[in-house]
Amino acid sequence: MADLKVGSEKDIIITSGLGSCVGVTLYHKLTKIGGMAHVMLPEFPSNRKQGNPAKYADTALDMLLDKLQKKGANLNRLEAKMAGGAQMFNFSSSNDKMRIGARNIEAVQEILQKKRIPILGSEVGENYGRTMELHTATGEVLIKTVKHDDIVL
Amino acid sequence: MLNSNNLSELGPLQLDALKEVASIGAGNAATSLSAMLNSKIKMTVPNVNLTPISDLPDIIGNAEQLIAAMLVRTEGDIDGGVLFTLVPESANLLVQLLVGQEVDIENDLGELEASALKEISNILTGSNLNAFSQMLELTISPSVPSLEFDMAGAILEVCFIELGQIGDYALVIETEFLSDMEDEIKGNFFIIPDPESLQFMLDRLGVAGEE
Repeated sequence: MADLKVGSEKDIIITSGLGSCVGVTLYHKLTKIGGMAHVMLPEFPSNRKQGNPAKYADTALDMLLDKLQKKGANLNRLEAKMAGGAQMFNFSSSNDKMRIGARNIEAVQEILQKKRIPILGSEVGENYGRTMELHTATGEVLIKTVKHDDIVL
Repeated sequence: MLNSNNLSELGPLQLDALKEVASIGAGNAATSLSAMLNSKIKMTVPNVNLTPISDLPDIIGNAEQLIAAMLVRTEGDIDGGVLFTLVPESANLLVQLLVGQEVDIENDLGELEASALKEISNILTGSNLNAFSQMLELTISPSVPSLEFDMAGAILEVCFIELGQIGDYALVIETEFLSDMEDEIKGNFFIIPDPESLQFMLDRLGVAGEE
């Protein structure tokens, strides 16, 4: 949680037990370089000077792009996939705020759109936990859940 | 004032005071569970720690450990929640003892199993929270429990974040069960106050000031 990793060739990058957090993968097909972020909240709080940038969708994606570039990926040819943002326990929406899961999904989608990175696969929302694996050899993303069969994005 | 970003200002004095109340709460819950099961149940002395959020699943085992999780939300002087988790085998055992028939929640988590688990969590959470409300003279109104059966990582993440613990560290007030039955019962209790309610609790405990 609140972490990010990059890898290449035959690496498998895994994040386990995504709940309301969103896992985002960025992958460059040609060089087989890919990375994953596990973001917890939509945006870096404007009233804070320091914090873990890997925790917030906006700062985490910038960080991930930076790491991918340093590793040699072409940032103009990236493909994104995302999973998570579940809503569990029927947290009542009495205080009107959209639930964290939905806000995380929206934030990630907006940022990717702004950066013109296409989202090739998405397994988000609903009410269950997910484990996400990025296989850098193929760019495939495997989603494992308790209640459903595995999904390949 | 505490907020989700400066929990690290909680010192040993504050953590000890919370541990004191949590111990009595856990004792109450153990007594209720013993009575319900007609068997001796002990609980460990609660751990009260500031834990990096990414390490939360390790308390239960690992992020993919399947658990039955019952969440009771609280309102009143303490806004937050009490989460009670059981590994599948322990959940099966408790439900079996309560309803008198074999169950397997990993394959069939139906109405019967769900309501039994919720009932267990109702009783345990209620007796646990009583300690807090009596000792600290607080009004706490618990909600009806809701149940999820999923990966520990996802469940803890959702509970801590939705209940407002969004800093780099979470305050974890956690207790484990021990039973003297042949099959051990493995369960955990998490008390998750939102940061403002935590401040209120510390005020009542008389340990709110800086050290």
